[in-house]
Amino acid sequence: MAQTVDWLAVAPPVVLAVAALVVLLLDLWWPGRAAVSTAVSAGAAAVALAAVGYLWTDPRATFCLSADGAPSCSYVVNELTVVLQGVVLIGTFVVLLLSHSDTAGAMPVGETRFLLLASATGALVLAAGRDLATIVVALEVVSLPAFALVGLWRAGRRDAEAALTFFLVSVVSIAVMIYGISLIYGVTGAIHLDRIAAALAEPEGRTAAATAGVVLTLGGLLFKIGAVPFHFWVPDTYDGAPVVVAAYLSVVSKAAGIAGLVIVVGIGFPSYADVWAPLLAVLAVVTMTLGNVAALRQRSAIRLLAWSSVAHAGYMLVPLGASVAADGGLIGAQLSTAVAYLALYAVINLAAFGVVSIVARSAEPTGAIEDYRGLAWAKPAAAVALGFGLVALAGLPPGVAGLWARVVIVDAAVAGGATWLAVAVVINTAIGLVYYLRWTVLLFTPARTKEPRTYRVPMTSGVAVGIALAAGLAFSVLPQLVLGLAGESAGLFG
Amino acid sequence: MIDRLILHLLMLVPLAGCLTLFFLPRGAATRLAPLVGLVASGGALAAAVVAAVRFDIGSSGTVQFVTEAEWAPALNLYWRLGVDGLSLPFVLLTALLVFCCLLYTVRVRPAGGRLRVFIGLILLLEVGMIGTFLALDLVLFFVFFEIVLIPMWFVIAWWGDPDDEKGRTSAATTFIIYTVLGSGIMLIGFLIVGVRAGTFDMIELAAAGGDGMSARDQLIAASAIVGGLAVKVPVWPLHTWLPDAHAKAPTVGSVLLAGVLLKMGSYGLVRVAVPVVPDGVRVIAPILGGLAVVGIVYGALACLGQRDVKRLVAYSSVGHMGFVVLGVATLTPAGLNGSVFAGLAHGLIIGLLFFLAGAVKDRHGTSEFAGLGGGLYARLPRLGTLLTFGAVAALGLPGLAGFWGELLTLAGAFDPAAALGRPYFLGLLAVALIGVLLTAVYLLTMVRRICQGADVIGPRLSVLGDVTGIEAASWAPLVALIVLLGLWPALVLELVDPVMSGMGS
Repeated sequence: MAQTVDWLAVAPPVVLAVAALVVLLLDLWWPGRAAVSTAVSAGAAAVALAAVGYLWTDPRATFCLSADGAPSCSYVVNELTVVLQGVVLIGTFVVLLLSHSDTAGAMPVGETRFLLLASATGALVLAAGRDLATIVVALEVVSLPAFALVGLWRAGRRDAEAALTFFLVSVVSIAVMIYGISLIYGVTGAIHLDRIAAALAEPEGRTAAATAGVVLTLGGLLFKIGAVPFHFWVPDTYDGAPVVVAAYLSVVSKAAGIAGLVIVVGIGFPSYADVWAPLLAVLAVVTMTLGNVAALRQRSAIRLLAWSSVAHAGYMLVPLGASVAADGGLIGAQLSTAVAYLALYAVINLAAFGVVSIVARSAEPTGAIEDYRGLAWAKPAAAVALGFGLVALAGLPPGVAGLWARVVIVDAAVAGGATWLAVAVVINTAIGLVYYLRWTVLLFTPARTKEPRTYRVPMTSGVAVGIALAAGLAFSVLPQLVLGLAGESAGLFG
Repeated sequence: MIDRLILHLLMLVPLAGCLTLFFLPRGAATRLAPLVGLVASGGALAAAVVAAVRFDIGSSGTVQFVTEAEWAPALNLYWRLGVDGLSLPFVLLTALLVFCCLLYTVRVRPAGGRLRVFIGLILLLEVGMIGTFLALDLVLFFVFFEIVLIPMWFVIAWWGDPDDEKGRTSAATTFIIYTVLGSGIMLIGFLIVGVRAGTFDMIELAAAGGDGMSARDQLIAASAIVGGLAVKVPVWPLHTWLPDAHAKAPTVGSVLLAGVLLKMGSYGLVRVAVPVVPDGVRVIAPILGGLAVVGIVYGALACLGQRDVKRLVAYSSVGHMGFVVLGVATLTPAGLNGSVFAGLAHGLIIGLLFFLAGAVKDRHGTSEFAGLGGGLYARLPRLGTLLTFGAVAALGLPGLAGFWGELLTLAGAFDPAAALGRPYFLGLLAVALIGVLLTAVYLLTMVRRICQGADVIGPRLSVLGDVTGIEAASWAPLVALIVLLGLWPALVLELVDPVMSGMGS
């Protein structure tokens, strides 16, 4: 039976994949043209985003298997896919812009772009993948270029070490996941999520092997989002990698992880919600608490953001942990809440990371948050963007986008009957406030020296931060933009 | 048309002032900052007065000037604003106090410079405070409640006690962490209500009176809402953030913190907790009442031990807010009226007292009894007289505003709601009366130690002089209202009572 491929459905990842090859080849023939490379890669991300926008009105599926009854498709474009791909593409676009001024100097132009685009291609496929084989392969496509990105740039010993930690944790977690998938396949005889869901929902689908399979399958995805117990690569890797790669990991790569998690548990394992939801609830609390408490002690900007991103991985798990209804069924709206949280977190985190990537290139950066003292005088716009990002990450006005994010997860916890999870979020908010506020205040505290630091803000970085800030402000005023879009997918689960 | 706009103007005018200061070139903004602050807060005050004039007093039990627009359907969030007899006095109090503060700031600059930022933050605070009193949607209320946090952190940490940088920063941080925890817990309560009742509309929820929520849900929601607001009020033993925050804040910060921010807590109790989850509140009311009287006595005893005017005034809030909470706990119209009245009176009196304590400190470089040494009447007769006036107003002298709130509250405790145990509340009443006596003792002690006696340090103060014109101008409205409300309490009670008689049981 010949497979027909719906090329429009797969257009977004195909565009990125082609662009990845083009920038690599361009670099081979005309080396060192950073501007061309940036234009092609960012342009490809924009075209893919347009394609995603078009697909919003025209959901479709491809790579379908219709042997018996309703077809099971491996690649599905629907409301959920579109929102997740949108987050991935906006994140990729901003990161590509941020990386422009780095590629103009210290780092290989073509390879960097190739790796970023290749990894993002994996993330796009992951968002659309609806069978476990596609999801594992896509997950690896996200990860493999990322190892290279972490190790590639300033080829110091520390970077190699960071890449190695990252690699080892990844390999272990993926191995755990594949073992889980093999158990699921053994029990259900299927790799398509809809078929797995149907098989697991049968009374005889309830076996110890399937339970173990469900739990172990989560491994690789928890690694991607940086949740406990697969979190300890995060601070070292972020610290060892160039800032824009850390930004990529904390936004695009994490988005891929959340996408996979929501898709696998929501579409594949809804009848096992009573197994994975309590597990994710506990992991949520441990992850957010560990992330926040560890961040309290950080004096390095990147390590602080790294632990903060661990804490936020915990927050993202809250709705998943509270998604079992009183009757044991799955509450689909909770999973779309996790997606909404991801989208809000992505834009505010990009604003913060964008400014950090600018300051990291200033004269004699030490990497400490002390570098940021007096930024409001040297670069007021950058200070406002970073201040907004940090206060929003803390979840307080004037960073209202972050406040909405906090409200939706507390709401999800309460609606799911897990008030204790809501209390954990509240306590963690208070802990997080301490370190976010400490940093924010430094921005607006006069510098100790008379001579202000000088910053070179490349136009591309300025535009990138501007986009993230504008999106953050737009979501602050019109939360419905993101909550509504994410909410559309609520009916797709279970 | 004006009715549709007026409530928005109340917030838009200060917001516009804040944005103006932010976007003006730095040099121009620094010069114009006091003027912008004065105009913006004056505009808000004018809008509040217009709203009060156009407000239909005959039907003050119903919400007027209502605006309702869908904001985020995914969150079930609506932009719902309105004002009734309960919220109108608080809106007026806020607009007045902010205006007085910014008028005062025209001449008396806070130590720490950066006047432009300071005034911008005060205006942002005003947006949050007024929004809290106007919001008719639980989530919207929460958003406004949180808006004040970051500006107030900066006000305390940057313009606070110039001699104690570490102390003022830690006071600010303690304040914000307590409040974030409190408001977060409150939010959980709101969301429980929202999930069970399917709406965040305060009016609809109050009309339903907890129908459709099981007793257990109501109890959990009420505990969360009351517990969260209790941090803000603050109710003993959650008050520990208060003394430092008030004592370290700059004068204007203390005035707004004690005058308005604490009221956001007590307003929330009356506006949300009592009508929305009545059955749950009824269960915890005795506990709340017990903590309230402990607070009254504790506040008074703590004040007896203070050796510093500013700290004494700060601690006195714990006791006075105890009366406000006791009034709520009785769940009777009398007690609730008393609670609201006591809250408003406290806002005026404590505002005046913090202004005076600040003026004393500005003139002497210290606000400790030992450094002041007495003889204020001889040295600065007008300031001394005003301080005495503030003190007797605070101790509840009949004829001044402080009296009626306490009286009504105690009347409520004398005859509490039927579901509550009367003997228990009579016991609370007795303890509260001891607190009233102790309050008189510490306030009169303060007057005796500072104002009376021989002036030993007089000559050194010759340059500073007595109450200045700008001080007189910014304090006069407070003094006048303290007298007016003392002589004519019906002015407020007429507004508040129709709302309260619908509540309680």
